[in-house]
Amino acid sequence: MRRGGVPPPHSGGQSGDSVASAAVSAESASVQAGDTRLFKYSLIAPATFIMVLVAVFPLIYLIVVSFQRLSLSDDITSFSGFVNYARILSDARLWDAVFHTLFITILALPIELLLGMLLAYHFLDDRPLKRLFVALLIIPSVISPMVAGSMWRLMFDDRYGPINQIVSWFAGHRVSILWTIDIVWAYPAIVITDVWQWTPFMFIILLAALANVDREQLDAAAIDGASGWRTFWEVTLPAIRPVMMIALLIRGLDLVRLFDSVWQLTRGGPGSATETISIYAYIRGFQEFDTSYIAAVVVVLAILFSVGLVLVLKRMAIAR
Amino acid sequence: MSTWRRHAGWYAASAAIVVVFLFPVYWIFAVSLKTPREIFKFPPAWYPATPQFNNFLVLFRDGDVWSIWHSFVLASSSTLIAMVLGVMCAYSIVRFKTGGENLAIWIISQRLLPPIAIVFPIFLIYSKLGLTDTYQGLILLYTAFALPYVIWLMRGYIQEVPLALEESALVDGASRWQILWFVVIPVTRNGIFATAVFAFIFSWNEFLFALVLTRTEVITFPVQVSQYFGAQSTFWAKISAMSVLGTLPIFFAVAAFQRYLVRGITLGAVKG
Repeated sequence: MRRGGVPPPHSGGQSGDSVASAAVSAESASVQAGDTRLFKYSLIAPATFIMVLVAVFPLIYLIVVSFQRLSLSDDITSFSGFVNYARILSDARLWDAVFHTLFITILALPIELLLGMLLAYHFLDDRPLKRLFVALLIIPSVISPMVAGSMWRLMFDDRYGPINQIVSWFAGHRVSILWTIDIVWAYPAIVITDVWQWTPFMFIILLAALANVDREQLDAAAIDGASGWRTFWEVTLPAIRPVMMIALLIRGLDLVRLFDSVWQLTRGGPGSATETISIYAYIRGFQEFDTSYIAAVVVVLAILFSVGLVLVLKRMAIAR
Repeated sequence: MSTWRRHAGWYAASAAIVVVFLFPVYWIFAVSLKTPREIFKFPPAWYPATPQFNNFLVLFRDGDVWSIWHSFVLASSSTLIAMVLGVMCAYSIVRFKTGGENLAIWIISQRLLPPIAIVFPIFLIYSKLGLTDTYQGLILLYTAFALPYVIWLMRGYIQEVPLALEESALVDGASRWQILWFVVIPVTRNGIFATAVFAFIFSWNEFLFALVLTRTEVITFPVQVSQYFGAQSTFWAKISAMSVLGTLPIFFAVAAFQRYLVRGITLGAVKG
């Protein structure tokens, strides 16, 4: 632990300058230590203040609201016990939304990982124009998810969008799929949009990871006569696993909070058939004004989410 | 001969992949340049027969482009504040281990928190304080959202600054603030610009809080686009033109900072 001591420890006397600095700091060590303490805390104070103000304070208020009774019809701010929490287990629409969210995550995440890996292998070797291709491919991942949803809403339009046109070519007859309206097709539409937007994200991370795999190990495996598959499983995969896990974690967290693109594509419809957790909470809280109940729901989900996250992180730490 | 053929195959495949991934982007650009009659042609026209900018002019005439301005003010102010405070905080964490491991972990956990968890209390508090639909209210939020990201990324960049540089400045009698300003910031300049660009993009793209907290005064461009999707009518011309206007700045930013992209989008977990 280095705390406050001004010249960092390894500034030991190699040159005249460092010797001088050691002398100076010894002379005024106490003064400088005091200075440094003030300095280092005044550096973190404003940023920490803002983060506490916006994250911690609202979470406390959220818990308070979850014990009140605020809704379209009620305006009771006194302590109301667990009435809101009692309703959660029997709220079928909520658990459907949880299921929808997990369903989308389980579908989209492996596809993004697999496609990203294939693309990364395709673009692994250096060739002329490779950088241009990679730069163009990353575009979907930096576009606003809301705009991505709008784009695909236009693409999927049953009459004026190009997707049904292309499907018709392959089918050999006119096809008119109601992508964002028909419950059977709404999920493929959502997953395609997510895969389109975030496969490039997986790709560029895996590309960086693959490029950093030790060449000598790969060559050694090749000399030993290991097949491509064996080399992948026994040399490449262990080497890229930490980075791959981080990419999956970032994407997994994004999918659990999925809102923007689905909002543009289906608004949670038809009915509530494609409501994700975030869309459910938004509609119930801000359009149906069941405020206190949704506060309770969010508290419970946040706890479940935190527990799940800690378990995942622990597993990741062990896997390393 | 066979190597030539293999190369040709690689280029053909690469081009095909790029075409597939960029087709939706092409399509929204194409729609934005079509006439309203051409947009609603069946079967759809694959390219605008007579490209025209009327869809964009309509956005200016109706005042919809103000939303781009609002987004710009919000994203640039919050990025600026978050950069100043974030660089300070990151420097303190790196150089003095302020707060130890706990502070660093608490900061990154801020970013894992699903936004839906705090959007309700913030809406209630903001309604009471009259902060909905104001610049101040959203700038405060976007600054707070950008801070963990900025601190975490800048932490990585500052760790790479050679300690010897700071030591020699200390010997020359520079104060701690002077070292931060004249040594650390110039050395990490590229990292600072890259971090700022990505922080800007995240604020620029933010949708949920803008949807809940803006109405007319500071409505942002994503909210503006979402409002075009109506129950009866869908203003395709406006959707496409506004999406294009809102996406072009990001293209330029990413083109300029492509080298830092991997590091930027993975919170510095992958150095690229």
